[in-house]
Amino acid sequence: MSNIISYEERLKNFSWKAAEEELEYKEGNVINIGWYCSDRICNMGKADKTALIWENMAGVERKYSYNDLRLTTNTVGNFLRELGIKNEDRVCLFMDKIPELYIGLLGVLKIGAIAQPLFSAFGDESLFVRLDNAETTAVITQKKHAPKIRKIMNRLPNLKHLIIVDHDPAKPLGPGEVVLDLHTMPWVDELEIFPTKAESPSVLHYTSGTTGQPKGVKHVHYSLISQYLTTKWVLDIQDDDIYWCTADPGWVTGTSYGIIGGFATGATSCVMDVGFSADAWYKFIEKHKVTMWYSAPTAIRSLMKAGADVVKKYKLTSLRHLASVGEPLNSEAVVWSEKVFGKAFHDTYWQTETGSIMICNFPGMKIKPGSMGKPFPGIEACVLDTETFEPLTESGKIGLIGFKPGWPAMMRTYWRNEATYQNKFKNGWYLPGDRSSIDNEGYYWFVGRDDDVINTGGHLVSPFEVESALLENEMVAESAVVSKPDDINMEVVKAFVTLNPGFEGNKDTELIIMNFIRKKLSPLAMPQEIEFVPNLPKTRSGKIMRRILKAKEWGEEIGDTSTLEDD
Amino acid sequence: MESNMKDIILNYVIAEYLEDDSETLTYDSPLISGGIVDSFSMVSLKRFLENRYSISIPDDEATPEAFDSVNKICVLVEKFTSK
Repeated sequence: MSNIISYEERLKNFSWKAAEEELEYKEGNVINIGWYCSDRICNMGKADKTALIWENMAGVERKYSYNDLRLTTNTVGNFLRELGIKNEDRVCLFMDKIPELYIGLLGVLKIGAIAQPLFSAFGDESLFVRLDNAETTAVITQKKHAPKIRKIMNRLPNLKHLIIVDHDPAKPLGPGEVVLDLHTMPWVDELEIFPTKAESPSVLHYTSGTTGQPKGVKHVHYSLISQYLTTKWVLDIQDDDIYWCTADPGWVTGTSYGIIGGFATGATSCVMDVGFSADAWYKFIEKHKVTMWYSAPTAIRSLMKAGADVVKKYKLTSLRHLASVGEPLNSEAVVWSEKVFGKAFHDTYWQTETGSIMICNFPGMKIKPGSMGKPFPGIEACVLDTETFEPLTESGKIGLIGFKPGWPAMMRTYWRNEATYQNKFKNGWYLPGDRSSIDNEGYYWFVGRDDDVINTGGHLVSPFEVESALLENEMVAESAVVSKPDDINMEVVKAFVTLNPGFEGNKDTELIIMNFIRKKLSPLAMPQEIEFVPNLPKTRSGKIMRRILKAKEWGEEIGDTSTLEDD
Repeated sequence: MESNMKDIILNYVIAEYLEDDSETLTYDSPLISGGIVDSFSMVSLKRFLENRYSISIPDDEATPEAFDSVNKICVLVEKFTSK
């Protein structure tokens, strides 16, 4: 039987206190996510239970019990404290999906510092703007990624420590560099946990918007309440589950559910630090007998592309429950998974700012393929009129998704950007920036973004950020960045570029610019196509009209062009 | 000629995608499944091959499996250069 038992019953008299009571938390008490994810599970008599199974490409496997997790997170916390890191200092975790990333995040939280996970494929400029904005004190990283930090460290006056988890002792350390090697240092048994309270900051995740620089989404330790309950009721984590969340903790899913949800519920989590390959993924499920699999539509569509024959090579009967997040899960993917795995992927909808799952398909619920499902109990959701911001009552009508603020994992602000945070609310509703409709049975149906942000493979890319970076290339005069459709990633980045005199728009130029953005920002932000144009469509006031270019890419009506400047 | 192509591609991958200078790559090192080249970056690698060898690789042939090592990439490139 599923944890939620009955969605309809849970809706009646729902209170977040259900989670507070299970976690034995009372208002005003200390609540520290790092402690809840390790020490508490040990105190429940599960110290020897496997917390984490990690495997890399070479087949190297490491296992950590909950007691190991307690000791290693203590060790990280103690190390940081001895370095002089204080509560609410920002500590960035910039690593691949290695155990030190999972352990490091909890260790940071244990001493009350703020964990700032960043995707390890970020280029130096993406890193700089995020570390600069957060005024980060320390970065924990691997030797392979350290050069990117060294390159920008002299522009970051607040960055005092570069902590390397796998340093080669034969090589010298630079100024401010220290080694944190969990394989060689003694583990710390006793650590004084910082007495964080419900509103103490916990995690700072950066997300992209249409305009301006990336925004730091500030979460607090009380977010645990939502993350714990949604892990139990939506992902249906049970005591004997082997849980695989494929998301990278550089993004919010990898943190909220890849680290916090899995460990707080005492599950055994699996991590595979390997690039995508259908064979490798299926082999991993078979080998570790994964029961609960939380993945993303992009990965599912890639598996679909690899075909059904490869599935037949592996025994995947351990799979009990499947869920998906990151972008809308198309109906074909749901139907396909039912056919090949005998289980449907359950779509879940939420975002960095919401901190936990908001709308979803629950275990046991009738799935309508292509639908986002229904709001989690305790989440008051609606679709709002785009002009009046009043809830729409007519089923099937498209409007803006709105959530009534108040759930535990809701972001508390954008880091040092309160004005932008306040702009996310209209008429008392929080607007995640997506459009949807609701059918006559209360199911939500995703329509699209309400802005120009590009959702590629479940990750948001700001056109503004890419355009700004493009201008730093000597060849580029002007650019406009839009999304274009893609079978696997739903949409990808496309750039329209005008060149400075003396440069020719050809295939070699295109490749140079692509690689320039890949290294400066990230592979996600790299335009998958660059179209060289003599000029860009602009309004008479000189503003580039992205929507015209985007409409062409998507085969849509161009709409009103009355403000378009004359040729 | 074959080894030349291998070296050109290997050197390009090392120069463009390998972050860790101390890591060594061989013709058989797993590029995609090894996390050296991700699925987004694969597009720029494909573009390099197309430009360098004046070929066009159809999207359905540009799979993670076909790009997973320098040796496999050479097989793919030769398939189109020999046409």
